[in-house]
Amino acid sequence: MKTTKSYFFSDMGVMLGRSMRHIFRSMDTIITVTLTPIAMMLLFVYVLGGAIQVGTDNYVNYLLPGILLMAIASGIAYTAVRLFYDVQKGIFERFHSMPIARSATLWGHVLTSLVSNAISVVVIILVALIMGFRSSAGVLSWLAVAGILALFTLALTWIAVIPGLTARSVDGASTFSYPLIFLPFISSAFVPTTSMPGPVRAFAENQPVTSIVNAIRSLLARKPVGNDIWISLAWCLGILIVAYIFAMLAYKRKAV
Amino acid sequence: MEKAIEVKGLRKSFKTTEVLKGVDFEVEKGSIFALLGSNGAGKTTIVKILTTLLKQDGGTAAVNGFDVTSKPDFVRQSISLTGQFAAVDEILTGRENLIMIAKLRHLQNPRQVADDLLKRFGLTEAADRRVSTYSGGMRRRLDIAMSLIGKPQVIFLDEPTTGLDPEARIEVWKTVKELADGGTTVFLTTQMLDEAEQLADRIAILHEGRIIVSGTLAELKNLFPPAKVEYVEKQPTLEEIFLAIVGKKEEK
Ligand SMILES: Nc1ncnc2c1ncn2[C@@H]1O[C@H](COP(=O)(O)OP(=O)(O)OP(=O)(O)O)[C@@H](O)[C@H]1O
Ligand SMILES: [Mg+2]
Repeated sequence: MKTTKSYFFSDMGVMLGRSMRHIFRSMDTIITVTLTPIAMMLLFVYVLGGAIQVGTDNYVNYLLPGILLMAIASGIAYTAVRLFYDVQKGIFERFHSMPIARSATLWGHVLTSLVSNAISVVVIILVALIMGFRSSAGVLSWLAVAGILALFTLALTWIAVIPGLTARSVDGASTFSYPLIFLPFISSAFVPTTSMPGPVRAFAENQPVTSIVNAIRSLLARKPVGNDIWISLAWCLGILIVAYIFAMLAYKRKAV
Repeated sequence: MEKAIEVKGLRKSFKTTEVLKGVDFEVEKGSIFALLGSNGAGKTTIVKILTTLLKQDGGTAAVNGFDVTSKPDFVRQSISLTGQFAAVDEILTGRENLIMIAKLRHLQNPRQVADDLLKRFGLTEAADRRVSTYSGGMRRRLDIAMSLIGKPQVIFLDEPTTGLDPEARIEVWKTVKELADGGTTVFLTTQMLDEAEQLADRIAILHEGRIIVSGTLAELKNLFPPAKVEYVEKQPTLEEIFLAIVGKKEEK
């Protein structure tokens, strides 16, 4: 008898294939995850952009990092919703009564979140290119950007797992993401924090989105990133570890 | 006879409600065992413990010779579960659902397995439609088909025919009988007494946290007070037996 552990990766592959099908078959997921941030980008660049002073002539360059974080924050809400439905509809129990590596069920969703958010990030960058986004960053800088975004996605995904497993309604499973989607507005994502009144500025400058946005912005502009990159990595890892612990606690309570 | 399921002194409480107060029963290999009980009696709770989804508070349970708490992996190798509510993926098609399970059971030829089951359960025509467009009966059939993949030795069916029309019910009954003929052990729960009467080799009645009677249909009928001599001798139905026993216990 083969052990279930030896099939972990093939089981997870099946799970990934399954939830990727879910993503491609529900148009509203794709629309919300990619079109809303794109619409925001259009709005900021072509409607509000003229009135915003950021000290650079290419506002798309300035805006893009924040837009990407927003897209990811709204994307992970769907991870929570998909997880919620799996629990609700008994599919989780079906998988758990089968001889498969149990964690594959959860990791399948996490991997799906990474892949689907990567897709929307790429789509948004392509649209930004059309709108005039330019970067002279080299391969290493792009890899660093991809790494930060992946880590950010992973951290938020593990946050999403918690309501996905414990919520009592779909709304409960998804509303947790609203404050996350809102965070970029009180950060350096759209306007420089120096333009904000005291207390707001204090919050903006000490929350993760600002350092992540600044780090990505500097990487893409080939400017020295300074401490921002370490601060953002620390934020992402910190959130990831705490969220993972709580998600696992919630998971253990669900599955014996 | 070898035992497919052995349950001894099983206890389970949820917060303050004591659902199982010491449940004992055994199921022989290759037989059909029906667990009867009204709403909230604890049937699903027993099924969840036996399928390693829930931990008991006390007592022991073994499936296919493996203890559910100490050897859950081996239990899962031996069983499959069709839960009380059809656990099918609505966004996938019927065929994709079957292929997915076949892959998760690491079978050689998932497509072939799916095709065969689609035919056997009359779902070939609907195979490539999303399950969200299926009727309740079709979903249930798909659900059961998914449970047969990989030929598990013990199959758990939690109220398999609830919500089905009489025709679909008879179809499910046929499948269950075929399974048992093929040597599979079937554990099913039901609220419908005629279902147990139709299908089961042995019947156990779960009431207020305990198995209050169990045996073959004939044995249960013997428990009923002998029919009085009248013009026509009336055989008690299982329903009457059930109500009589349950009523008696409650009077105490
Ligand atoms: N997770 C839970 N938390 C709290 N109480 C629970 C939980 N699961 C079941 N119960 C309670 O345990 C009792 C038995 O439930 P169970 O689902 O096993 O009954 P059942 O016999 O399957 O009923 P039905 O015929 O309605 O399906 C019920 O009173 C139910 O409310
Ligand atoms: Mg039940």
